[in-house]
Amino acid sequence: MKEKIRIASGQGFWGDLIDAPYYQVTEGDVDYLVMDYLAEVTMSILQKQKNKNPELGYAKDIPGLMERILPVCKEKNVKVITNGGGVNPEACANAILKVAEKLNIKKLKVAVVLGDNIKDRLDDLIETGAELKNMESGEAIEQFKDKFLSANVYFGAFPIVEALQKGADIVITGRTTDTGLTLAPMIYEFGWEKDDYNLLSAGTIAGHILECGAQSTGGNFLGDWQSVEDMANIGFPIAEAFPNGDVIITKHESLGGKVDLATVSEQLVYEIGDPKEYITPDCVADFTSIHLEDLGNNRVKVYGITGNKETEFYKVSCSYADGYSASGSLTYSWPQALTKAKAADKILRKRLEKLNLSFDEIRTEFVGYNACHGPLAVSIPEDEINEIMLRISVRSSDYQSVERFGKELAPLILTGPPSVTGFAGGRPKPREVVAYWPALIRKTLVEPKVEIMEL
Amino acid sequence: MKIKLLDIAHGRSGDKGDAANVGIIAYDDKGYEIIKNHLSKEVVKKHFEGICLGNIDRYELPNIRALNFVLHNTLGGGGTVSLKLDAQGKTLAAALLRLELDVEN
Repeated sequence: MKEKIRIASGQGFWGDLIDAPYYQVTEGDVDYLVMDYLAEVTMSILQKQKNKNPELGYAKDIPGLMERILPVCKEKNVKVITNGGGVNPEACANAILKVAEKLNIKKLKVAVVLGDNIKDRLDDLIETGAELKNMESGEAIEQFKDKFLSANVYFGAFPIVEALQKGADIVITGRTTDTGLTLAPMIYEFGWEKDDYNLLSAGTIAGHILECGAQSTGGNFLGDWQSVEDMANIGFPIAEAFPNGDVIITKHESLGGKVDLATVSEQLVYEIGDPKEYITPDCVADFTSIHLEDLGNNRVKVYGITGNKETEFYKVSCSYADGYSASGSLTYSWPQALTKAKAADKILRKRLEKLNLSFDEIRTEFVGYNACHGPLAVSIPEDEINEIMLRISVRSSDYQSVERFGKELAPLILTGPPSVTGFAGGRPKPREVVAYWPALIRKTLVEPKVEIMEL
Repeated sequence: MKIKLLDIAHGRSGDKGDAANVGIIAYDDKGYEIIKNHLSKEVVKKHFEGICLGNIDRYELPNIRALNFVLHNTLGGGGTVSLKLDAQGKTLAAALLRLELDVEN
């Protein structure tokens, strides 16, 4: 058994710094590179792409990235684990194998984790007794299921462990928890068991610290953010994991950023609910058991973690189209910038009313004044306001209404209050609103499947 | 004595569907005692009047000197449904740090 492994986070979301994974494997030694590409909205986008072209449906950045990092990963024996397979892990694996061939790499094992996509199996599952109810509202699935754009089960670390046991160099999954990507190599390397709940919780919490990329190394840091050095070259986090569950969070020395109690703590509280019950498919981790120790030199030890047995359910995330929205803006300058923006808003609303359009919501925000903090924003004397961006957004089940709204914004320039600018990029176009329908499903009803594809 | 939360704590916020979570972390033990004793659910609810339209859950993490608040019915539908500029509640931690706490000497 290895005494320790180094797991590097290479991507906090699809759209994160493109070069981060490259630096993670070139600026120092790591054993694993883990990358999270899937936000909830991503699955429905990928499903639409796959509907149009059966060869698509995965994070399209991956083949290009592989072209850069694969030679290094092969040379240094770095294994790559990512959920960027989206709704088509096999197509993603094929694309990677093509890249490997082009690079003249002779041997490569790519594993795919399948079985999370249950969109086409919903009727069968319901028939076999899966009581799928909305986790939040309690609504039954029947009235929604026919309009689902995607339906995916969140798998945990164990299918990835199976892939590693089968000798995979690269593991491509569909919907897998972000934390499972980091936990899996620890289970595999250290031989942790399914009922080692404390160890699984330790690895899960390490995964939580890594899953948003540089958010644990000084990015989006609300503490003393100006103390974060060289943010331009910010290093993404690395978890040094030990067999007893201890983890040291750090980063490559050559890169910027900061790892200390404050930066790590901020990521620990990010997007959590009850800290005693952080539920994943692998365990229920207790965030109140976490001990942190600053070892200096951008190293923070995370230890003493406890947790409990996993639940009998997987989370399922379904998405469906729920109408249209559009958003546009105009900018008003001093003098009386806010008064002008407010007047323009009134005029626009009056015109929309006259047109008898149908909206579920019309929202106005004054950027530069109260868009972020609403009623908490302090009032600024009108004379001290240099400019205000008026941002108006609408949502409706009626496409025509949203489209017409888009046509009413620009006319305000010549038919409304003065000193207005910033109408660029054309009329705001209606975009489809994708809503989510979360549910739970008994684990016994869905089986993850691991397949190896190789050169 | 009035204490600005910004001076004794930092934090981070994000989305969980239509709910936002706001984690507040004290810089030291003394600060944690203050937020633990004074940053109640009621104080936070009042502060976010007009923003948080639902209930608030409050959790303590003394091990990292933090409190976690879950603000229900806050993000205008959440995710891609919300028309808010800050649809994910990313700036709500900063918004809570605007708070001044009334603390006995």
